[in-house]
Amino acid sequence: MREVDSETMKIVVCVKQVPDSWAEKTLRPSDNTLDRESVDAVMNELDEYAVEEALRLQEAQGGEVVVLSMGPSQATDTIRKALSMGADAGVHVVDDGLHGSDAVATSLALAKAIEAQGADLVIFGSESTDARMSVVPAMVAERLGLPQLTFSSSVAVDGGTVRTNRVTEYGYDVVEAPLPALVSVVEKINEPRYPSFKGIMAAKKKPVQTLGLADLGVAAGEVGLGAAWSVVAEAAARPPKAKGTIVADDGSGGVAIADYLSAQKFI
Amino acid sequence: MTLALSAEHEQLRKVVEEFARDEVAPVIGDYYRRGEFPLPLVRRMGEMGLFGLPIPEEHGGMGGDYLALCVAIEELARVDSSIAITLEAGVSLGAMPILRFGTPEQQQQWLPRLAAGEMLGGFGLTEAGSGSDAGSVRTTAVLEGDTWVINGSKSFITNSGTAITGLVTVAARTGTRPDGRPEISAIIVPAGTPGFTVAKEYDKVGWNASDTHELGFADVRVPAANLLGERGRGYAQFLSTLAEGRVAIAALAAGLAQGCVDESLAYAATRESFGRAIGTRQSIQFMIADMQVRAHLSRLAWRQAAALMVAGEPFAQEASIAKLYSSEAAMDNARVATQVHGGYGFTIESAVGRFYRDAKILEIGEGTSEVQRMLIARDLGLPVE
Repeated sequence: MREVDSETMKIVVCVKQVPDSWAEKTLRPSDNTLDRESVDAVMNELDEYAVEEALRLQEAQGGEVVVLSMGPSQATDTIRKALSMGADAGVHVVDDGLHGSDAVATSLALAKAIEAQGADLVIFGSESTDARMSVVPAMVAERLGLPQLTFSSSVAVDGGTVRTNRVTEYGYDVVEAPLPALVSVVEKINEPRYPSFKGIMAAKKKPVQTLGLADLGVAAGEVGLGAAWSVVAEAAARPPKAKGTIVADDGSGGVAIADYLSAQKFI
Repeated sequence: MTLALSAEHEQLRKVVEEFARDEVAPVIGDYYRRGEFPLPLVRRMGEMGLFGLPIPEEHGGMGGDYLALCVAIEELARVDSSIAITLEAGVSLGAMPILRFGTPEQQQQWLPRLAAGEMLGGFGLTEAGSGSDAGSVRTTAVLEGDTWVINGSKSFITNSGTAITGLVTVAARTGTRPDGRPEISAIIVPAGTPGFTVAKEYDKVGWNASDTHELGFADVRVPAANLLGERGRGYAQFLSTLAEGRVAIAALAAGLAQGCVDESLAYAATRESFGRAIGTRQSIQFMIADMQVRAHLSRLAWRQAAALMVAGEPFAQEASIAKLYSSEAAMDNARVATQVHGGYGFTIESAVGRFYRDAKILEIGEGTSEVQRMLIARDLGLPVE
């Protein structure tokens, strides 16, 4: 176990820029990847909780918060937002070769970037609102050999130990691991702050490091659309909602509903 | 040359847009219906630093400028005017006079809490018989030793009776000038001072979730040190406060005008009649296009006035133009947007129903449309009536 001096604890928060969840999303006809150009991009909502949790840990016991994002050039807006919330510095992993990366490739690039930072604690949001896979935090932890404390509804750091409440179907487990470790947080763990204008102005002066594949020591063939373990072969627009069936209850309504549910394999 | 926002002001705009959409829009209709001041939202705005936007950091503010304040007001007003006027009055009328004219002691005493949104200040100018001719105030203040004794009443004072109201800056006659006209001074009256009474909330046509009261002053005694700025300069101070406030009200009106476009676009895309979305009809499209023109011009007008103000250039005529144009644009857009929404637009459940009620006061508050025309005419050199 490594003793971590909380004064110098380094927290890396991973954030993702996603299409605004209010927006209508489409795929690019050329390669069936998400069209990120035509929709407003925002910080993944779950990652706002991750940034807030990191800032609260820092406010309670000091240390440094670095925000890390992999994404196209406009993802700097999301890094800026985290900096204006109060994070100290940013790292932007950006490279044309990363376009179309799946979760496995994303975890490789993020793991390399985190390794270079030397984090004591890595915090993720538990999923992104676009892909909704929830696997990247676990994959990154595996690649780095870090204990993974996923789906946390509370996070506490005490000396060289992190303790979280891990949300389960029946309640939560209290789990504990030595630092360095990786945590993912669930929605509503806290109430993320809005950036203040002072924070926005201060963020202008904060450093953002830009890293490409070569800087990370990642080969082009390991990431991107070509290396993806699955491809979207075809996509079709969701068909318009079909008209519902109206059953007039002449005494046999219950049977009609049961028959319908049975036909749909609900019962 | 462009009136586009800087990257930082644009970021602020997005933050306030998100707050208005996610936190104000879902709950404000209920506050409006109950006529209740939305204190939890105001506290959240305080935490976000909105009440400190143009206040320097040494006074607990955000160190931004008046443009930043107007950006925030416009974004709030796209969703709701009550919350926008609460911010506008809190900063422009509550805090700014103390920042502009206050002594270092007064600034130290009041600004940090005003800038944090923990406290609201009111601006006591209007009286039952004194509106546009602000020089005719009848409230009096007499200096007895080192104490001002205030008697009179004030009408339609925003933010004057909330749970967090801390002070009202009162315009009062403090004597007669050598030319026979009244000497008017501004005096800070802390909430809770004996003799200072707050009447019950007005039953207003609009702005129903904002706080507006009639105030009474019966032998209210405050220290001589509560004089704000110079004795006898009260009228000039109030006029300069109002000139700034006009830009903020113009931004609020531009927000309401834009909110009418936002709501109409959404409604026209989903509401069907005769088998088609109403937004496919040219009659509706033209209504929305005209609304967009007015919202756009309103925004250009207030941004131009704000840019001049921030640059330290004369801006009074531009402020009057912006306030006059955008308040009438807001009124037009509210009427048209309600028409687009049909019967649903006539309920206060709908945002446009609230916009319709909220728009009218924009042609009245902080200088009526007639006063703006008068000021523009005078600025053009036409003779004083």
